[in-house]
Amino acid sequence: MVHFPLLTTILLTPIWGILVLAIMPREADRTIKMIAAVTMSIALGLTLYAYWFYDVSLGGMQYVENVPWIAELGVAYALGVDGISLPLLLLTILVGFSTIFVSWKVDTRAKEYFIQLLLLIAGAIGTFVSQDLFIFLLFYELGIIPTYIMVAVWGSSKRVSKDYAAMKMTIYLLLGSAFMLAGVIALYVNAFPAGMRTFGMQALAQAHLIGNLSESVQVVVFFLLLLGFGSTLSMWPFYSWAPDGYAAAPTGVSMLHAGVLKKIGGYGLIRIGLFILPLGVKFWAPFIAFVAVMNVLYAAFVALAQKDLKYIVGYSSISHMGYILLGFAALNVISLDGAIANMFAHGIMSALFFAMIGLVYDKTNTRQVHELGGLAHQMPRVAIGFMLAGMSSLGLPGLVGFVPEFTTFVGAFKVYPLYTLLAISGIVFTALYILRVLANVLFGPRREEFDTCRDASGVELVSLVLLGTILVVVGVFPQVLMGTVNSGMESAMATLFGGAF
Amino acid sequence: MNIALLTSEIAVVILALLIIVFDLLMPKQETRRSLGDFAVCGLLGILVYNFNQYGTFATVYHGFFVVDNFALFFKQLFMVATILTLLFSLDYVERMTRSAGEFYALLLLGLVGMMVMASANDLLTVFIGLELMTIVFYILVGFDLKSVKSSEAGIKYAILGSASSAVLLYGMSWVYGFTGSIMLSQIAMHLTASPAILLGMGLMIAGFCFKLSIVPFHMWAPDVYEGAPTPITAMLAMASKAAGFAVVLRVFLVGFAGLQAYWLPIIALLAGISMIVGIVVAIWQTNIKRMLAYSSIAQAGYILSGLLAANAAGVKGMLVYAVLYMVANVGAFAVTIAVHNQCGSDDIDDLSGLAQRSPLLAVVMTVSLLSMAGLPPMAGFVGKMYIFMAITDQGYFWLAILGLVLSMVSVYYYMLVVKVMYSKDAKDQQAFTMSGSLRIVALLSLIATLFIGIYSAPLAALANAAARSLW
Repeated sequence: MVHFPLLTTILLTPIWGILVLAIMPREADRTIKMIAAVTMSIALGLTLYAYWFYDVSLGGMQYVENVPWIAELGVAYALGVDGISLPLLLLTILVGFSTIFVSWKVDTRAKEYFIQLLLLIAGAIGTFVSQDLFIFLLFYELGIIPTYIMVAVWGSSKRVSKDYAAMKMTIYLLLGSAFMLAGVIALYVNAFPAGMRTFGMQALAQAHLIGNLSESVQVVVFFLLLLGFGSTLSMWPFYSWAPDGYAAAPTGVSMLHAGVLKKIGGYGLIRIGLFILPLGVKFWAPFIAFVAVMNVLYAAFVALAQKDLKYIVGYSSISHMGYILLGFAALNVISLDGAIANMFAHGIMSALFFAMIGLVYDKTNTRQVHELGGLAHQMPRVAIGFMLAGMSSLGLPGLVGFVPEFTTFVGAFKVYPLYTLLAISGIVFTALYILRVLANVLFGPRREEFDTCRDASGVELVSLVLLGTILVVVGVFPQVLMGTVNSGMESAMATLFGGAF
Repeated sequence: MNIALLTSEIAVVILALLIIVFDLLMPKQETRRSLGDFAVCGLLGILVYNFNQYGTFATVYHGFFVVDNFALFFKQLFMVATILTLLFSLDYVERMTRSAGEFYALLLLGLVGMMVMASANDLLTVFIGLELMTIVFYILVGFDLKSVKSSEAGIKYAILGSASSAVLLYGMSWVYGFTGSIMLSQIAMHLTASPAILLGMGLMIAGFCFKLSIVPFHMWAPDVYEGAPTPITAMLAMASKAAGFAVVLRVFLVGFAGLQAYWLPIIALLAGISMIVGIVVAIWQTNIKRMLAYSSIAQAGYILSGLLAANAAGVKGMLVYAVLYMVANVGAFAVTIAVHNQCGSDDIDDLSGLAQRSPLLAVVMTVSLLSMAGLPPMAGFVGKMYIFMAITDQGYFWLAILGLVLSMVSVYYYMLVVKVMYSKDAKDQQAFTMSGSLRIVALLSLIATLFIGIYSAPLAALANAAARSLW
């Protein structure tokens, strides 16, 4: 049987959707939304198939495709997924699918909105499936310009103007990526002598093993990558674009950014940083661990002081990135497993959170915590979604957030006991602000001004049901996620331990 | 003597003369648009013929005029640029002037100047080609007689341009005096690092940098770009600049190769300053043509930095960049002209609501600008990668970092344009009309920009062949 290019199909599905949308008349509002939904359903089906039939016992890269692309540069159209990228691919599609339905109410210029939404999703898919650094770069910044336009056109100006927030986001992310690009160029030039150069990630990973990359080169290059991927991941102190950006963005964009696009930073740190430049990572790891604690505690403190729901969740998501960074900095299989799984867990959780905030805002027209209250009376379904996301955020066992965080701490404690303790203490503050939000928004006496608000129904339920189900199912059966992640991490780390550590 | 090597130049001259004759014979009231179409068709034919010459390496006039892959690459670039410019400016020219026939004929003669520059193998031919091109442009810049700005720009360009030509010629005379030859290959043989030759080389760098609008010799560019008729601005930005690079590459890599230690630091400095000034000053511009002028100063800095590699990889990067810059400029200027035809001015504010009125043009503008900024997956990204990888290999990593950071800064003012197009409401709800040829050119530029960005292999192969013929 001819090998079916599964990953290419998944990648091209949203692009095909974009082309179909482009030729639709602008007035065909409902048709446009349905086409977008169909597109993402196809992608979701294919990705679930890929996840299900991924051979965990075999591990390594699967569904591999490799077509020479620009031969003289050593670029190949190489796709493949392993236990690290597959959960993130699934996350992208799940969140992407939900955003279509969350955005169902977008009526002004719907055609442009959905085209750009699909472009954002396509960019994220491309980064997670490409096994060639050059192809990775082509997709890496695909989302930035659509994000800018979407925030500037469909966003909201609450605390800061949407133009300001959009520009801040764009410039932060692009400046970071400029350093990242410089790092990639230095890596490419130093890894192999002229004539043998390549952008293939597997081949580049060999460069360290055969001793082509000296420690000093690795240290410099990884630092540049850290600046780039760090700002994507909203690493302290390059985080300030995130809360403003999420708050100003329309719900769908907030979900994609907090849920998926941020994770590209973490993924890049592991896939390009750790696997290609282990010595550089080792050099910077203590620094990253410190920054991770800053992320956890600083952002948690700031979140405590916020009054706007989107800002609270925005800072909360920065705080959670600290756990991922800590897991990364500890550099052992267990902690890295935790970091990757946490990316998935946080993605689902924050997407659900933003979706629920979007619903609350749609119905009550406010995002201020003190103006809300007792919503569980009028909107029990929204309250359930809120509770699920919140509980997962503070790491309640039985929900998706617990196992990854616990794994991270177990792995990191051996290496950085003090930092880990500090990070664990961050959970207390997380609990504080999350519980306060839940209590003030959902519970308390019934407020009559919200009696006219109807509970979530119809398409609004899609994201709640889908993401909520994942939240519970993966929480109860963590092996579904952890098994895949571990299969990818263990085999990759085995070669690294043989060489570097 | 193999005069056949000059066929394409001769053909373009004949084409220009034919247009002048037709212009005279045509009744006064008849539209001159057909002459523009005629020029496009003629150039297309010459362009196709030119492909025949690939792989030849021959000289004519005792080695003064050389035809190799490098020259052909540039000649085709100029011709494509001229064809596309003609196509998107037919309406504009018709509205601007009644002597459109002269306009087209002059444009073609300027093209001949560029083609001579690409083939010039000695300092004298370089100068002849350069003057043929610039004198034509002095006239064309001031061609819009109804506009004061255009006349002012024409005078300004003429005065500053002649001064810079004088500087260049003075430098050439020093080099000739102390090497005893004007042939580039002969100069290379008799080159010594004597102060006189260094002085001559320095003067020549200044002269060339003026033509390339490299900081600090860029002062003329914003005013001239703003005042000139838009098709001429487009030609100045893409073709005239590329012609300058063709000459600089040959002169420095063939003639002055032995003095690399002296000119490399200067070039590095000039390239760096151009990037900084071009990008920082562009932030405050409100006129789209002025903004593109500053942006072109920065782009010249990027292209020039490729010279630092002083090898085939660097030249390849420069050639690729010149092509994609041309493609991006075609898109940006086509949209500018379409908006000008509609609103009558070139302010960034006039682009308001373009995304609603003409989604195609808004997308073309966005993609073109972002390609100049070098965002993946647009073509500009690939060009920057080629150049920066080549110079990083030679130890200029700092310039690569500077260039990448600044290119991301430049996104700031490109995004302001994008914001105006997408989030502001249109000033009037009048339907947006544009000619079919403009629409085709815009679409072509969009497709080419994305194609080169995603699959650059064919263009890179062509550029590589051209670059190798210099050694």
